[in-house]
Amino acid sequence: MKVLVAVKRVVDYNVKVRVKSDASGVDTANVKMSMNPFDEIAVEEAVRLKEKGIATEIVAVSCGLAACQETLRTALALGADRAILVETDTDLQPLAVAKLLQALAAREQPKLVILGKQAIDDDANQTGQMLAALLNWPQASFASKLDLAGDRATVKREVDGGLETIELSLPAVVTADLRLNEPRYATLPNIMKAKKKPLETTNPAALGVDVTPRLATLKVVEPPKRQGGGKVADVAELVAKLRNEAKVI
Amino acid sequence: MTTLIIADHNHASLQAAMFNTVTAAQKIGGDIHVLVAGSNAQEAAQAASRIAGVAKVLHADAPHLAKPTAENVSATVVAIAKGGGYSHILAPATGFGKNVMPRVAALLDVAQISEITVVEGADTFVRPIYAGSVLATVRSSDAIKVITVRATGFDAAAASGGSAAIESVPAAPDTGMSKVTGQELSKSERPELTSARVVVSGGRGLGSAENFKLLEALAAKLNAALGASRAAVDAGYVPNDYQVGQTGKIVAPDLYVAVGISGAIQHLAGMKDSKVIVAINKDPEAPIFQIADYGLVGDLFQIIPDLTAALG
Repeated sequence: MKVLVAVKRVVDYNVKVRVKSDASGVDTANVKMSMNPFDEIAVEEAVRLKEKGIATEIVAVSCGLAACQETLRTALALGADRAILVETDTDLQPLAVAKLLQALAAREQPKLVILGKQAIDDDANQTGQMLAALLNWPQASFASKLDLAGDRATVKREVDGGLETIELSLPAVVTADLRLNEPRYATLPNIMKAKKKPLETTNPAALGVDVTPRLATLKVVEPPKRQGGGKVADVAELVAKLRNEAKVI
Repeated sequence: MTTLIIADHNHASLQAAMFNTVTAAQKIGGDIHVLVAGSNAQEAAQAASRIAGVAKVLHADAPHLAKPTAENVSATVVAIAKGGGYSHILAPATGFGKNVMPRVAALLDVAQISEITVVEGADTFVRPIYAGSVLATVRSSDAIKVITVRATGFDAAAASGGSAAIESVPAAPDTGMSKVTGQELSKSERPELTSARVVVSGGRGLGSAENFKLLEALAAKLNAALGASRAAVDAGYVPNDYQVGQTGKIVAPDLYVAVGISGAIQHLAGMKDSKVIVAINKDPEAPIFQIADYGLVGDLFQIIPDLTAALG
């Protein structure tokens, strides 16, 4: 079966982001960009399904600037078979991305779409659930274990109090949580091979999708800095301060 | 202008974050209705009707909502929303709200505004992005605003004082798309993490699942919930539902005790709004000390038993 995996290019996990001086957004010029970490887990899960002989083809998709090609090449190096870039300069919001993925799912007819549960830039945690709704497919968000058998999937999901197991019919949308797997690193030979794998470029108009943003960002600021740095010498002083100064115990 | 809040509940009672969500709805203004979609969920519906500020409770009761799925809950919400009259649909940004609300938003063809912490107006909200290192003010142009509410941004509404009418509404038919077949809930004597007054969290410095138990005695003395950094979850010391941070739970207790946690920004995102922060770490350069009110540098394996004893 065919598996579609969505990957997002985001400011690298280790970069300390800075707000632009006009408060219009976050400065992404000359900043290290990487694949969203949860999307790496999504790609890894698809690759493992292929290694088990369940998935036959893995199609990686990214939406955004031309530079997202780098993110797609990473997905190809990790084991995706081919890639599709939906190229646009428009600031894409989750509903727009879900609609683009819906259009590609209609064309590609995958049995499974895997996405990261959340992108670490906008922290929205929406796209997978929205895609499932638009396709009228079942969803398994925050997956920590995925088992496929025939036309059924059994998924363990992270919920507030522990784990929940759900069964769903395919086709379905799964969003990857932290413990689904530990993604591999791309090896140099695979990075070289990825350069020769097919990467198709399309755009929102060609897919018939209106990606006009629904939310306007009015301003972006850094939160007030917390005043910390106080030290105590020992346990006795800590307990005394918590009792008499902070009055929290 | 009327807001519909989708209840996160266990049929018998409401999740604590619901009370903060009602406060967010009050700041938006207009009437507040609460939808309780469940099975034999009269008690949860009654609890919702008693919250100060709630004007009406809609109660959808059906056997297939006993273990609710995103597909079935969103179908009921969308049927009610399409009936008209609602300008805002809110849910707490709990596991339930995060699972269900984007589905609702997409079916209504509107954006979702995730994890708001401030209401600036009926269409303008503040939400943290980039692990809380940036605050974005956003304005929605959609006719219906679908919103998840970060509980730590709002005080809890009073659980009593209200006397809203409870109205039965039909549940949408079972979509049959998915079903819940099992649950493994963490068993703990400790209070629930996101609503506890005190939280004791451990990081990789604990070194093992066995050592993590050291924190249990301290947590018991403080009547605290237990939390963990992502590193401790990754290392397998504790289950994922202990995780505090950008991709785990967001907490803001009166007292947060970080033990053996270095203080990566992804962890700080989940706890930096705590009233008082204590950090215990052997590395004096650990970033956690920069935001801690009381930092204690030293060996946690000596400090934690001493602290537990000192709390008598």
